[in-house]
Amino acid sequence: MSEPNKPLLQIEDLAVVFPKGRTESAVVDGISLTLYRGETVGVVGESGSGKSMTALSVLRLVPEPGRISRGRILLEGNDLLSLPEKAMREMRGGKVAMIFQDPMTSLNPVFTVGDQIAEAVQLHRGKRGKDVWNEAVDALRRVHIPDPERRAKQFPHELSGGMRQRVMIAMALACRPDVLLADEPTTALDVTVQAQILSLLAELRRDEGMGVLFITHDLSVVAETCDRVVVMYAGQVMESATTTALFANPLHPYTQGLLASLPDSISEGERRLNFIPGQPPQNPGAVVGCPFRARCPKALPGICEKPLPTLLMADPTTKDHIVRCHLYTDEGRAALC
Amino acid sequence: MLTVQDLMVHFPLGGGRVVRAVDGVSFTIERGETLGLVGESGCGKSTTGRALLRLLPTTGGSVLFHQTDVLAVRAQSPEMKALRRKLQMVFQDPFASLSPRLTIGKIIAEPLEIHQVGTAKERTDTVLELLEAVGLPENAFHRYPHEFSGGQRQRIGIARALALQPEFIVLDEPVSALDISVQAQVVNLLMDLQEARGISYLFIGHDLSLIRHIAHRVAVMYLGRIVEIATAEELYTNPRHPYTRSLFASAPVPDPKRRRERAPLEGDPPSPINLPSGCRFSTRCPYAQALCTEKDPLLEPIGTSRHLSACHFATTLPLYESHRAGDRHAEVR
Repeated sequence: MSEPNKPLLQIEDLAVVFPKGRTESAVVDGISLTLYRGETVGVVGESGSGKSMTALSVLRLVPEPGRISRGRILLEGNDLLSLPEKAMREMRGGKVAMIFQDPMTSLNPVFTVGDQIAEAVQLHRGKRGKDVWNEAVDALRRVHIPDPERRAKQFPHELSGGMRQRVMIAMALACRPDVLLADEPTTALDVTVQAQILSLLAELRRDEGMGVLFITHDLSVVAETCDRVVVMYAGQVMESATTTALFANPLHPYTQGLLASLPDSISEGERRLNFIPGQPPQNPGAVVGCPFRARCPKALPGICEKPLPTLLMADPTTKDHIVRCHLYTDEGRAALC
Repeated sequence: MLTVQDLMVHFPLGGGRVVRAVDGVSFTIERGETLGLVGESGCGKSTTGRALLRLLPTTGGSVLFHQTDVLAVRAQSPEMKALRRKLQMVFQDPFASLSPRLTIGKIIAEPLEIHQVGTAKERTDTVLELLEAVGLPENAFHRYPHEFSGGQRQRIGIARALALQPEFIVLDEPVSALDISVQAQVVNLLMDLQEARGISYLFIGHDLSLIRHIAHRVAVMYLGRIVEIATAEELYTNPRHPYTRSLFASAPVPDPKRRRERAPLEGDPPSPINLPSGCRFSTRCPYAQALCTEKDPLLEPIGTSRHLSACHFATTLPLYESHRAGDRHAEVR
């Protein structure tokens, strides 16, 4: 166990590029975030914003032909990006585990769920025989699967969607990881099952002290589960704050737009929902200046075409509300006056 | 305008076993009205939508559209073809529901060609009008689906459904695959079209906040049956079925200040092959009594209202406390 106030996972200036014609296009462009032990950090953004790619980068599983072109990913101070492949393989599923949106495609249909969990245990914990099986059954018990001895002998198709997602979580947690990367873990589930899984994740995080990176597009899920939130747009961090601060006082026009488009945020009797006009840039790497400016109701001509400012501290006293927007630079403030 | 009576869709599994996907569903939809249909996956909401349009074989019941029983009309008959013009559908997946090999112009004109509406020139004009109505540029006409984003494709699907000037559209999770900023645009479009053309919708979905916004009335389904139906306002502020309450309690709320200890609904819905005796929700219901496992409750009005609930204890459930902002607590009757 590390000291409480040391970061568990630090992503610094991460960039992921994919070849595009003769050049390369960045899908993640300079992401930085920090995760502490026992904490859940939400990463929100629309499809294509680079949130899943950020999580895959932590495991060094960016699909070919993409590659990590820049940055550092520190797990308790050790840079994962400079680890030899063999050490990285031990890390995956060991200290860092991941759960995905669709449990059906992430489970092997021809092995029982018990065998699949046992495989992970055997690989990472060096146990053998009966111990491994018991460990697998125990993992199922910890995610509240009723009758785990019997369930362990069943195949994925014999389980419901919610049950399969529990199996995925059991598998991820079987090796007691320090960091759990949860990529839209409840998006494919019904609200009732989602509620079960979210409360399970909260309980496990509390009991086992993991840090959870929770990737989602659902702001309601963020509001219920995350301690801090990072808002991504076109591969970059636009705003980062505690969940309470972000919902109470969103600073970036994109965050404001996202929150305003929720059906809950319009006043009673209002018929039309708010929306953000336009769509994200197709090739964010090629955009000079703020990638959101074409859709931004507050864009300042002549200013927002300039390269994005680095992360600005919105609240110097707590250092926990950070925004990346020209409106909050000296130049932007001057233009508004 | 549309009256569904005791609709049944059973799928035989062999060996005498039957999946009762839709098991006696009744509701009405007025002209220009939206009925929201919610429930967990597998409860039969999509099957209901498809059965209404005869996209699936039904086992029993009737679907009266004006005075005609849609289920009794002979398939392939001219009468059925005429009915199909009036009853349309928009699907969930904007990627799978458009042919990648046809231009947008072709896709939207196809229903017009099948029903031999107008000359080729007139059809082209209609398509251009439809593109404008759903907010797509004119130059979309010669382009292909892959050139469009998810939200734009859903607009194309809507334009196609509108081509024959239908009176009723089944919207099966039309915005679930879209990002929230785009969802709102499509929902606004659907509401504008309804206002301009007086179309009725059956809106199938799982986003409870969105359904509340778009629907005039909402029906909640569980295991092939409607367990509660009321106006949206009434249902959300005064739910009178324990399952409806569980659904509302499960839905996350976009406000960290209202975060709460949840008591999630335990377990999964029972299999629609082996239904529980008595009330279908009794196996998971926090209020279940002995009566509930013995007697199947009917969907009955509460008092004299249009609020119907299929619960033996609909009138004696404890006062409902909403955790949503702005909800007035229901008055005690």
